[in-house]
Amino acid sequence: MDGMTMAEWLDDFLFTYETLIHALGVHGLLALSMYCVMAVGQLSLGQAAFMGIGAYTGALLTLNLGLPFWLVLPLSALAPAVVALVIGGPTLRLSGVYLAISTIALGEVLRVLYINAEWLTGGALGLSGIPRKADLWLIYLLLFLAVLGFWAVGRSKIGRAMEAMREDEAVAGVMGVNLPVYKMGALVVSAMLAGLAGCLTAHSNSFIGPNEFGFEMAVTILSFALLGGIGTPIAPVIGALVLTSLPEILRPLQDFRLVINGLIIVVAVLFLPRGVIPFRLRRAP
Amino acid sequence: MLSQQLVNGLVLGSTYALFALGFTLIFGVLRVINLTYGFYFTIGAFVALTVAREFGANIWVALPVGALSAGVVAVVADWVLLTRLRRAKAGELSSLMVTLGAVLALYSLMAVFIGTDIQRFPFGFVDNTAIEFGSIRISLVQMLIVGTTFVLVAVLFLLLQRTKLGLMIRALAENEDAARLMGINVGLTVAAVSFLSGTLGGAAGVLIGLNFNAIQPFMGEHMMLRGFAVIIIGGLGDIRGALIAGVLLGVLEVLTAGYISSNAKEAVAFTILVLTLWFRPVGLFGRAQAKRA
Repeated sequence: MDGMTMAEWLDDFLFTYETLIHALGVHGLLALSMYCVMAVGQLSLGQAAFMGIGAYTGALLTLNLGLPFWLVLPLSALAPAVVALVIGGPTLRLSGVYLAISTIALGEVLRVLYINAEWLTGGALGLSGIPRKADLWLIYLLLFLAVLGFWAVGRSKIGRAMEAMREDEAVAGVMGVNLPVYKMGALVVSAMLAGLAGCLTAHSNSFIGPNEFGFEMAVTILSFALLGGIGTPIAPVIGALVLTSLPEILRPLQDFRLVINGLIIVVAVLFLPRGVIPFRLRRAP
Repeated sequence: MLSQQLVNGLVLGSTYALFALGFTLIFGVLRVINLTYGFYFTIGAFVALTVAREFGANIWVALPVGALSAGVVAVVADWVLLTRLRRAKAGELSSLMVTLGAVLALYSLMAVFIGTDIQRFPFGFVDNTAIEFGSIRISLVQMLIVGTTFVLVAVLFLLLQRTKLGLMIRALAENEDAARLMGINVGLTVAAVSFLSGTLGGAAGVLIGLNFNAIQPFMGEHMMLRGFAVIIIGGLGDIRGALIAGVLLGVLEVLTAGYISSNAKEAVAFTILVLTLWFRPVGLFGRAQAKRA
């Protein structure tokens, strides 16, 4: 840093890596949204789809109606939550594969609909010129609050119930855990977080397209959670941090980014079922 | 007009049925939602494309070569990814996640080396003529698609109901431990099921690649939406249900495109999928064990 003051260096650093720093925060939120469902022993593969709904809702509300950002943000979280209710309603009563299947299918159908509904979504070209209203501090404040929230919930009675469900659903049910409420609650909260992340992405990249929220993104989000593990809420965030910054540091890996994300899942499930950060939350006895 | 659309719907539907058949067979016997299935579809189409281009093979060579190669890939993929989990009797979500990660890695690897541009079969690979029955036009490709589907389904049913291998497969579907105690070679039967379903998926890939004449690494992933819808509407693991649901979906899609809009067509599969889950999660014939949690 010859001749530069700390402040100048920081400005320079932020300018160079602005996109990456935004992405790290948003991916952290997405990893938490995955964590939230997995913490009750369910598997939703619709996090990317929920993110897309949030992104398109947010972008359209800003571009077409000119609503203020403080109103756009919660509405973008609400829209995917409604979709989560429609899909979660029937599937959460059935065995886990039904939720997983219908949420992957959701991502695929939305991708095609975004492309076809050109009059609304700009079709394959997507939406551009979205004002950059998602400031860095806002993204990281939300991420911080989300980690804090999950930490507090995890240490409480609710967290104990969630862990019991993850270990053995039938036993948890017998012990008096209200399974349907917990599962639906987790899915809705996770959809809201993903929707927030989508809205933040739209308002920081200023562009969104139909292929950003499809299958690749869905699997990538799962790889964040599986690399970190779901023992504590900070673990999936670290997983997201590593997998997002790795291809930036090792440029030759860029082309193989998705191959690596896919393989991480394979290796994690087969050999590291608790992730690389296996610690669990401590709880007052 | 309507009769022509019904014919087109039947053709489309039989490709869906063929595709979903292998997918539901895996679940019915091995109790695994194997997401690498979409890749078998892609690989079938690409192998057929390659032999057609490089060796000038016609459809009667390219179709079986593509389908059987996909079968081999399926056996290898199942062995590499799922043996360990099967031995540990891991939950169904573990195997779903492993195959999900693997299939993204496979598609992406293919995209890195082959690219994602749409590729086509060489000109004149199949005869483009159509036969007219009164007001209905049926192309030779369409007849080939329906005919092949019919033959493959018939062979599968005969194999499952009339041969010793079929008996082994049905026993495995019933109960793995009991099958092993009866002296059934479980590993071999698992490989046979993978091979059969991979072959069906690969054949569907060749036929659908032919129907739309557009081949691309992620084509299998895009097909999975229909696959999911069909196997859930038909009932998870229910072969007959998948056949009927596949044809039904094809017809409904064509009718929706014809009478409502082609955008709405894309939403048909997902809409019926969600409606089925709400109102009849056991599938059309109620034979799926939609385990209540």
